Amino acid sequence: MEAEADEMDGLASVLERHFELAVLGAEIQCGDQQVLSIKSEMNLGVLDWLKNSEEYAYDLLLDVTAVDYGRENKFQVVYQLWSIQKKRLLRIKCPLAEEKLEIDSVTSLWGSANWLEREVFDLFGVQFVGHPDLRRILMPKNYSEGHPLRKDFPLRGRYSREKQTEIALDQSYEDYYRPEQLRGVDD
Amino acid sequence: MGIEQTNPRDLPVTSNADTSLTFLTTKVDFVVNWARRNSLWPMPFGTACCAIEMMASAASNFDLARFGMERMSFSPRQADVLICAGRVPYKLAPVLRRTWDQMMQPKWVISMGACASSGGVFDTYSMVQGIDTIVPVDVYVPGCPPRPEGLIYGLMMIQEKIRNESLADHDNLRREDPEGAGKPKADAEEVRALTGAFGNSTQQDKLSTLAQTARPGRFKDELE
Repeated sequence: MEAEADEMDGLASVLERHFELAVLGAEIQCGDQQVLSIKSEMNLGVLDWLKNSEEYAYDLLLDVTAVDYGRENKFQVVYQLWSIQKKRLLRIKCPLAEEKLEIDSVTSLWGSANWLEREVFDLFGVQFVGHPDLRRILMPKNYSEGHPLRKDFPLRGRYSREKQTEIALDQSYEDYYRPEQLRGVDD
Repeated sequence: MGIEQTNPRDLPVTSNADTSLTFLTTKVDFVVNWARRNSLWPMPFGTACCAIEMMASAASNFDLARFGMERMSFSPRQADVLICAGRVPYKLAPVLRRTWDQMMQPKWVISMGACASSGGVFDTYSMVQGIDTIVPVDVYVPGCPPRPEGLIYGLMMIQEKIRNESLADHDNLRREDPEGAGKPKADAEEVRALTGAFGNSTQQDKLSTLAQTARPGRFKDELE
């Protein structure tokens, strides 16, 4: 516990030296989970540095997700990193400004961020700047009720059930498959 | 013992041709229904845990093949009864609809389990609240999931339903109404009277609870 806290403070101060005013907070959660809060504008630079630094080498992106805390600055984008070499976990949180739900995409660093960021976009409506293919991944393509995992989203959705069914039956196969995958379906 | 050659001369000779059974009289309805109800090929549409029970029904312990119709048809075009086992999200709704559309008449539908019949505990933004809003359902099998006996009983109910069908009622029984999908069959007054204070799958302006609460905010169908 002590060792982790020291390590955490060390990482925070190193980051502070490289990226001025980037670190908003550092804490240990659940025993040994190191959590760093950083400014959302600097996410790409910090993650790039963490990935490529020889000392830390957080080279594996385990997860990109988001949290809606339901109060001020409620949206946070969360990156979970793992260093294969050092066998260490690190969680990076980026609080987003209320009026501008935007953050730089990290697909240039990790290809695995592609679908994870699409999922966050789909369910929370966070825009990832520089994402090559930012569109819905879980909800239907013609879904128009918003982003369901937000706290202000009503559990049963915004439309009546009748309208939801109608929209659902309006989906077309071309939404999900390429033409060559559909060959022979209607023959 | 081997194969014995039978001399035609050893066969019993019937002098009276009337005693040999060469035809029988019956009703067309009876014969057609008898053939239909004993050769139901199920089309499994398993999406969740109910599908595990459906597989158990087909396996040797419960032996769906006891009716002589064990042939699960994995092509809807050669199937007679669609067994929808499990929860159906809205994204899957057109697939279910198309599967049913591809089945040839005569066809029947079993809605297996709470989720397929009513949405079950998944009263959420992404779930179809009962597949009867997508395809017409003949038999609902309750349970979460139903036991294999339940599914087999459901199939027997389909058989019973077929037994009472009549070709004279063909137009009505075999009618397909694509426009009706997604709309409640009863009118609004009747639905309200039946569901009382609890709300229902198509008109969810009430909470499913006995506690007195304010009417939950439902947005209009058109977002501003």
